[in-house]
Amino acid sequence: MATAATTLATPDLHRPLARTLTIYAKEAKYEFLKCLRLRAYALSTIFFPLMFYVLFGLVMGRQSLGGIGGVSLTKYLIPTYGTFGVMGASLFGTASLLASERGLGWLQVKRASPMPPFAYFTAKVVMSMVFSAIVVLLLLLLGVTLGGVQIAPLDAAKLVATLVAGALPFCAMGLAIGYFAGPTSAPAITNMIYLPLSFCSGLWIPFMFLPKVVREIAVFLPPYHLSQLALSVVGAGRGESNLTHWEVLIGFTLLCLGAAWIGFRRDEDKMYG
Amino acid sequence: MLSMIQETPIANAHEYRRVAARLEGVAKSYGSVEALRGVDLDIRAGETVALLGPNGAGKTTAVRLLLGLARARSGRVSVFGGDPLDPAVRVRTGAMLQVAKVPETLRVREHIDLFSSYYPNPLPLEASLAAAGLEEIQNRKFGDLSGGQRQRVLFALALCGDPDLLFLDEPTVGLDVEARRTLWEEIRKLVARGKTVLLTTHYLEEADALADRIVVINKGTIVAEGTPAEIKVQTAGKRVRCITRLRTETVRSLPGVFDVREDRGALEIRVASAEPLLRELLARDSELNGLEISTAGLEDAFLALTRDGETITAN
Repeated sequence: MATAATTLATPDLHRPLARTLTIYAKEAKYEFLKCLRLRAYALSTIFFPLMFYVLFGLVMGRQSLGGIGGVSLTKYLIPTYGTFGVMGASLFGTASLLASERGLGWLQVKRASPMPPFAYFTAKVVMSMVFSAIVVLLLLLLGVTLGGVQIAPLDAAKLVATLVAGALPFCAMGLAIGYFAGPTSAPAITNMIYLPLSFCSGLWIPFMFLPKVVREIAVFLPPYHLSQLALSVVGAGRGESNLTHWEVLIGFTLLCLGAAWIGFRRDEDKMYG
Repeated sequence: MLSMIQETPIANAHEYRRVAARLEGVAKSYGSVEALRGVDLDIRAGETVALLGPNGAGKTTAVRLLLGLARARSGRVSVFGGDPLDPAVRVRTGAMLQVAKVPETLRVREHIDLFSSYYPNPLPLEASLAAAGLEEIQNRKFGDLSGGQRQRVLFALALCGDPDLLFLDEPTVGLDVEARRTLWEEIRKLVARGKTVLLTTHYLEEADALADRIVVINKGTIVAEGTPAEIKVQTAGKRVRCITRLRTETVRSLPGVFDVREDRGALEIRVASAEPLLRELLARDSELNGLEISTAGLEDAFLALTRDGETITAN
């Protein structure tokens, strides 16, 4: 049996940057493929925002009363349903998968391997951002081709960039949920947060049509601030300071990352306790 | 396929027998449950060790400690002389763990490609697929595989980085006989390439088929240790049950008898071989009746080994 011996010489442990980048790239690529093939995720993430846009924007919005603040409803709803889509892609792309992989042992298999732990989380964020970009681009495509929306290429690019960056706070929120929810309860908990938050932030019904009490709540909600940033790109914002919107979103991101970190530590302690 | 694998001549016998992984007086508890109570275990380079024990014996805990997935309450855990959490140690180990759910939408080759990328000098993808017998199903999604195929994929994830030391936690649990034997073959090939393997199992047959050394563990304590042949002597044998007027002490003194117990008016005898005992019993007691003979299971062996309250070391 001793035809080959175990090599006990210390192997070259220096992990060059190129190899580290390869790991991150592969982790993200396979995370994307994994989710793309998960019909429940891929379809609902892309389908629902588009369906709402077709229904409320293209079908019912045609005969709208001259639009909102000079902006047609079909144009106005691209940033709001875009925000809705980004939120969905980010929350479900992180919370449910993390909760299930954490609760059902897969994360342990990965942690036992030499995978850099940060690559795992980065992959989930990158994947969510790619799906976010797909949703926003499809909304723009529908708006321009079927909704008669006119938007300068630079504005379109700014809109996509704003919304894709806006995936970060909701990825952070999803990681926090994923660390505190169980594998089976995570999707339900995510929905319980996602849907009311979307409604109250004016993502389904434009802000000014919301009941007064909801409008008063909205200004405290992160999706409201992301949608206002996106709306300001197409000239339909409420004229509030964009700096404030960014500050709220960054603060919210840090808060969620802090919660996710507590969850991560709690898991490690359980593991190592 | 062997040509792809780097072979290194044995430097010397001492080098070859270096300790790859070690537990020294390790204790670990989960809440009030003591999973391990002061366990000492050495796994030497090139050796295949089976950690054999019933469910809840502490086998998985020992593997988790050695993988750095859990921290010992007391004692010392070292792998290649270092901390299992050290990335330099991690790239030299591979693990096959029990997992409830593996991402089902990725294909077999994709799973292996990703895990290979974590290691500095992985096997070529084709070699990993071949080593686990997965060539023909490499493009299937994990969710479409049978139980045996799923275990082989997890096995491939353990070996794809070409690590020196592999941990296989219950590699064949839940598999049918054929799938189990297929996986045994794959494990044997790995051992033939000079890898160090620690596997856990609750099948004596499996430990016997694969290991150079068997460590029997029960209730967090090592109760026996030795070569498969040595362990089998202690754990194999027959269980004979009969109603007889012979006294317990008399039966206990007969050759080959390990243990005698009185049970509901009958005697339960554990013996190495049934036939000589039966001749003897029938010669001494012509009215002997209610005779039953069965193969002593591992559970009996554990009971016997632990009831004595002493550790039997056969090497």
